[in-house]
Amino acid sequence: MSLDPATVRRIAKLARIRVDESQMEALRTDLNSILGWIEQLDEVNTDGVEPLTGGTQMALRLRADVVRDGGMAEAVLANAPDRDGDYFAVPKVVE
Amino acid sequence: MLTDLTLAQARDGLRGRDFSAIELTDAYLAAIAVLNPKLNAYVTVTAAAARAQAQAADVALAAGRHAPLTGIPLAIKDLFCTKGVRTTAGSRILSAFIPPYESTVTANLLRDGAIFLGKANMDEFAMGSSNMTSAFGPVTSPWTRRGDNRRLVPGGSSGGSAAAVAAHIALGATATDTGGSIRQPASFCGITGIKPTYGRCSRWGVVAFASSLDQAGPLARTVEDAAILLGSMAGFDPQDSTSADLAVPDFAAACRRGVKGLRIGVPREYRMDGMAPEIEALWQQGLGWLRDAGAEIVDVSLPHTKYGLATYYIVAPAEASSNLARYDGVRYGARTAGEDLAALYENTRAEGFGAEVQRRVMIGTYVLSAGYYDAYYLKAQKVRALMLKDFTDVFARVDALVTPTTPTAAFAQGEKMDDPITMYLNDIFTVPANMSGIPGLSVPAGLDAQGLPLGLQVLGRPFDEQTVFAVGAALERAAGFTAMPGIRAGG
Repeated sequence: MSLDPATVRRIAKLARIRVDESQMEALRTDLNSILGWIEQLDEVNTDGVEPLTGGTQMALRLRADVVRDGGMAEAVLANAPDRDGDYFAVPKVVE
Repeated sequence: MLTDLTLAQARDGLRGRDFSAIELTDAYLAAIAVLNPKLNAYVTVTAAAARAQAQAADVALAAGRHAPLTGIPLAIKDLFCTKGVRTTAGSRILSAFIPPYESTVTANLLRDGAIFLGKANMDEFAMGSSNMTSAFGPVTSPWTRRGDNRRLVPGGSSGGSAAAVAAHIALGATATDTGGSIRQPASFCGITGIKPTYGRCSRWGVVAFASSLDQAGPLARTVEDAAILLGSMAGFDPQDSTSADLAVPDFAAACRRGVKGLRIGVPREYRMDGMAPEIEALWQQGLGWLRDAGAEIVDVSLPHTKYGLATYYIVAPAEASSNLARYDGVRYGARTAGEDLAALYENTRAEGFGAEVQRRVMIGTYVLSAGYYDAYYLKAQKVRALMLKDFTDVFARVDALVTPTTPTAAFAQGEKMDDPITMYLNDIFTVPANMSGIPGLSVPAGLDAQGLPLGLQVLGRPFDEQTVFAVGAALERAAGFTAMPGIRAGG
């Protein structure tokens, strides 16, 4: 399968990455080359195989649903690119 | 010179008061000042903090109190969050990020008395095999080919960590391995590195790339040094849901076990077309050494090996696209303005991520998108299950596997940059251990005809790093690898 320019634009949109039109063709070539190469998996028979979803075969642990920390707004906001008091600031979303 | 000592030797010297922690740390800081401008192995050097830690270590040592790493100066890969010290993940988007907390692995090292010299350069978000994708410039390997002064890559993604250890501007280093990022740079730089079993070291506070594959481990000058470091880095952490609740064994003691009676498997699928004949020869020699030391060599098959890389390049980008969604220019990291929130996100990520990271996020986005999930992601997870089964079957018959670490020695900066897949092929022998979660170690075993180091890889059963260390130490003893890079402290 080969990605067309519209699909590459859609992927970039979904990934929230701006791609300039001038770079679109080079990106399309790269993505197609990678996808073409990974399609070799089609030749593996996986009928009846259960997917392996994680890196460990151990059961995930449960933990008590309790508050362990908090009250550290300054630490949380310390790396914010823009803030307003104890809030993260973004361009206006609601008209 | 103080910087020539191994970690085990330096520890003995510190405890014996042959020299002080401040002398040792100052020797490293002086070497960094001379060599880092050439190598670019560190993106941040924390000299003042290191000296303060060294003074505290000397107070403890003078009082006869020592923890496993008291006074040992290390480089920390810039993927580990360090409280109050900038942590970039090699990315422009985190170029000003100062974590308000400490990763579990680095906290464990501090608990055990280690000194942090600074943060090591790396491929952006650990995505690369050359250290060429760092936003802070490439790392230059301390090694060069005989009669050829072109700059070589140290490997990646833990390229700064590996170059620092090889050039003797760190006594050891932390690193991470998602598809080979500890073992491949160890092989390229002539040092030892181990990716332990998935779950052995906590991922808490390690900037995430592909969460089901990421695993921290050490880079060091000897197998024993790697064992000592892993002993401090590892351990159960309730803050990582996939951390293994298992006791940490004495890895250093395992280095002295020997291999008598062990069954060592040789996977026939690792004999690749186009592999350098010297690597094949070194592999045979390594098996001969183990046979001479009393191990039995057994031919085995891992039939899905050839699909490992393609599987990896679905699973890892898919997880990366999810993990990196957090870099939105709102809560932390760099922001690039836009006329509305959507444009802010898109501009921020276009400016903040380099080309390779953007490519992988988009591949991951595509393979997880509606209509393609089953064809790509689910298919890859099924092949991943088959790869794990290959290893499970083989480990019923053998105690460990020995293979080359990489299909070639180090390449020059700028080589293999033409298309992404050529670069990806570097990881063909290392990726299967990440896909199946098993431990893998690379130990330097010889030099190629151009004088560059080549490593052998030891793979073991899940949570049996001890056998991996035993086999690695046996190879190290037999190889007697003493070659040093041209660029090094005191060199």
